[in-house]
Amino acid sequence: MKILVCISHVPDTTSKINFTEGDTKFDTNGVQFVINPNDEFGLTRAMWFKEKQGANVTVVNVGGAETEPTLRKALAIGADAAIRVNRAATDGFSVAKQLAQVVKDGGYDLVIAGRESIDYNGGMVPGMIAGLTNANFINNCIGLEIEGTTAKAIREIDGGKETLSTTLPLVIGGQKGLVEESDLKIPNMRGIMMARQKPLTILEPVEATAETTSVKFEKPAPKGAVKLIAPDNLDALVDLLHNEAKVI
Amino acid sequence: MESTEKDILRGGQFLVKETNCDDIFTPEDFTEEQQMMKEAVKEFVDRELWPNKARFETKDFAFTEACMRKAADLGFLSVAVPEAYGGLGMGFISTILVCDYISGATGSFSTAFGAHTGIGTLPITLYGTEEQKQKYVPKLASGEWFGSYCLTEPSAGSDANSGKTKAVLSADGKYYSITGQKMWISNAGFCSLMIVFARIEDDKNITGFIIEYDKNNPNGITLGEEEHKLGIRSSSTRQVFFNDTKVPVENMLSTRGNGFKIAMNALNVGRIKLAAACLDAQRRVISESVKYANERIQFNTPIASFGAIQQKIAEMATNCWVGETATYRASKNIEDRITIRQNNGKDTHQEAELKGVEEYAIECSILKVAVSEFTQKCTDEGIQIFGGMGFSEDTPMESAWRDARIARIYEGTNEINRMLSIGMLIKKAMKGHVDLLGPATAVANELTGIPSFDIPDHSTLFSEEKSIIANLKKLFLMVAGAALQKYGEEIEKHQQLMLAASDILIQIYLAESAILRAEKLAKKEGEDQVKEQIAMAKLNLFHAIDIIETAGKHSIISFSSGDEQRMMLMGLKRYIKYVNMPNIIELRNIIASKVIKENNYCF
Repeated sequence: MKILVCISHVPDTTSKINFTEGDTKFDTNGVQFVINPNDEFGLTRAMWFKEKQGANVTVVNVGGAETEPTLRKALAIGADAAIRVNRAATDGFSVAKQLAQVVKDGGYDLVIAGRESIDYNGGMVPGMIAGLTNANFINNCIGLEIEGTTAKAIREIDGGKETLSTTLPLVIGGQKGLVEESDLKIPNMRGIMMARQKPLTILEPVEATAETTSVKFEKPAPKGAVKLIAPDNLDALVDLLHNEAKVI
Repeated sequence: MESTEKDILRGGQFLVKETNCDDIFTPEDFTEEQQMMKEAVKEFVDRELWPNKARFETKDFAFTEACMRKAADLGFLSVAVPEAYGGLGMGFISTILVCDYISGATGSFSTAFGAHTGIGTLPITLYGTEEQKQKYVPKLASGEWFGSYCLTEPSAGSDANSGKTKAVLSADGKYYSITGQKMWISNAGFCSLMIVFARIEDDKNITGFIIEYDKNNPNGITLGEEEHKLGIRSSSTRQVFFNDTKVPVENMLSTRGNGFKIAMNALNVGRIKLAAACLDAQRRVISESVKYANERIQFNTPIASFGAIQQKIAEMATNCWVGETATYRASKNIEDRITIRQNNGKDTHQEAELKGVEEYAIECSILKVAVSEFTQKCTDEGIQIFGGMGFSEDTPMESAWRDARIARIYEGTNEINRMLSIGMLIKKAMKGHVDLLGPATAVANELTGIPSFDIPDHSTLFSEEKSIIANLKKLFLMVAGAALQKYGEEIEKHQQLMLAASDILIQIYLAESAILRAEKLAKKEGEDQVKEQIAMAKLNLFHAIDIIETAGKHSIISFSSGDEQRMMLMGLKRYIKYVNMPNIIELRNIIASKVIKENNYCF
């Protein structure tokens, strides 16, 4: 089984978020980047398929050379090969188009992408890859087993779970539940050393036009000070909730 | 062009030679692989150790052992072990990096880690025969076995060569019988292998042995109860009693009487590793302290906005950064020397590593002293920032402070290491490896001449600081040169003088390292981008000068009088003089505001 895991290179969850160029661009200054957490759950599941079922795992990212440390970490965790499509990840459609091309050229049976990346939270890419490659698609996937060409997947739905059966080729949008946080792998020292020798192929992008562009970003208003109201002063509380917070 | 041994500074030569900022290694030079290693170790500490910090305070030795097994699975125990024996054969910087970042949560774990990978494994990789290495090192590298190091005895602490443990050869010449008592043995409770030092007959020097320990078949070995210690509470520390313990002759480590040398060389490496193991502990304390200071409101304001707290944060960050800088500088020197010696075919890896580290034994002692004192100070101020809460077991400051205390004692007390740093420097001078007396004479001549009254142009970055460092080196040469002339080899008997001289030496090494790192950074990133690092280098130098002034005065008045004393005191004044004294409060503000804004140690 050939698995492709799509890896987004995203700011660490504790990063301070700022914007530049008139609030149109994310300020990467001083920001540490990591593997997108939803993708990391997927990568860890892919490693399980590698260990238990002998799958071959390739990781892919669309981005500039600065994203390579993230790919190399995935190699250190155990992926067999990495691909970087040399193009800035500007919008969901053009990223999906690049990834779809990689899928077509590489003949992958299973594509694992995160449900969404935690930077721009577009959530479009996995579905678009499936559409562009004519593969089956399961989003919000929290469980996946493969037997031959049959896949059994569990999907999170409102207030419950849905178990589905489908066939390969398949694209999933994975998330926590695919594996648990405690299953996430810390790259071991030997893995880190071996990552150096594994192939990291750089592909030139196919033509794709961004269908959407970011016009402006806004940060949520800073949290104001907490107002304490005496327990016997319910009128003041109601007044604040009604007139200031406007929630009742 | 490949560098040769001559191109890199010898140990101690920093005192008489100038170093270019491009020639020092700094953490900014980590390779992508080293960066990944650093992240992996940090992730391990964050996930496995830090959330269990309180558990380490309950003397849960089994938990320490379980964490050591996890560290082994991730390959942390095998970083420095040659590939031929199941290790990863990584360089010295990578080894130091792992020691550094693994220290971030608790001294209990970093002590267990250090005792195993350093003094528990290293004597075999450095001095073992091929058979010994094949037999034992893979087990130690994989964590199947843990190692311990049995040198200290009730009556042989700092005077390690005076141990009373005996090794008696059997009548058939096949084994030695070891009898004696060892104490403060880290990892004793869960080790399977002990490096034991004992005396054969009335030998002048002790001999090293490799002893296997199986608690189901103890071979005359019994363990004392766990010691109840101020800190590092989950590091297993017990006495080990050997009663007619039989060890095959082929388990002798190196040759008869070579044990003291093994012990000392293992400790040289142990010292720089210990310095490293005091670094992430400081980063963590600083980050926790600044988070607390940003959240703790008094007088309607976060206490981080008060100058009194900012001063602490700035000083803590500066010490940590300076210690880190000097540790990685020396690590690179050691790594280069090992590589060069190995590449020129003269040495095996084993010999190259031994000689590489031995060459920088002075720097190793300097670092051990300086960084262990920094971490003590840092944890102390951490408690102070937390105030009453810091004194409580509910915050991580209290245990960090207790854990830090041992660092000034083990791997040779800081007093022993201070004296060693000067003692070794004098020996190097006698051997002609470092020319101390030539420059010392030049300095004496300079002092009797008329000083220049030109006002130097110090408009470029660090021009003044570098000229001060050059002067501080002259100051050291003046003091050490005159003291040596007066006492000759007897100088070693004047311990208070040795301690004071060592303080000067330590401050010079640290201050120069910090200036060079900040200069290198400024060249690369631009001065504006690294203004905090520049401020730290300047602030550190300012303090270094204060320490040096006091130590210099104490030294000079201890051995000189009359005109000679007056001249040297004048020299002291001249050599510590600033043209433009920095405003250290401004410097502290620059440093503290960055750390407070980032809410983290961020350099």
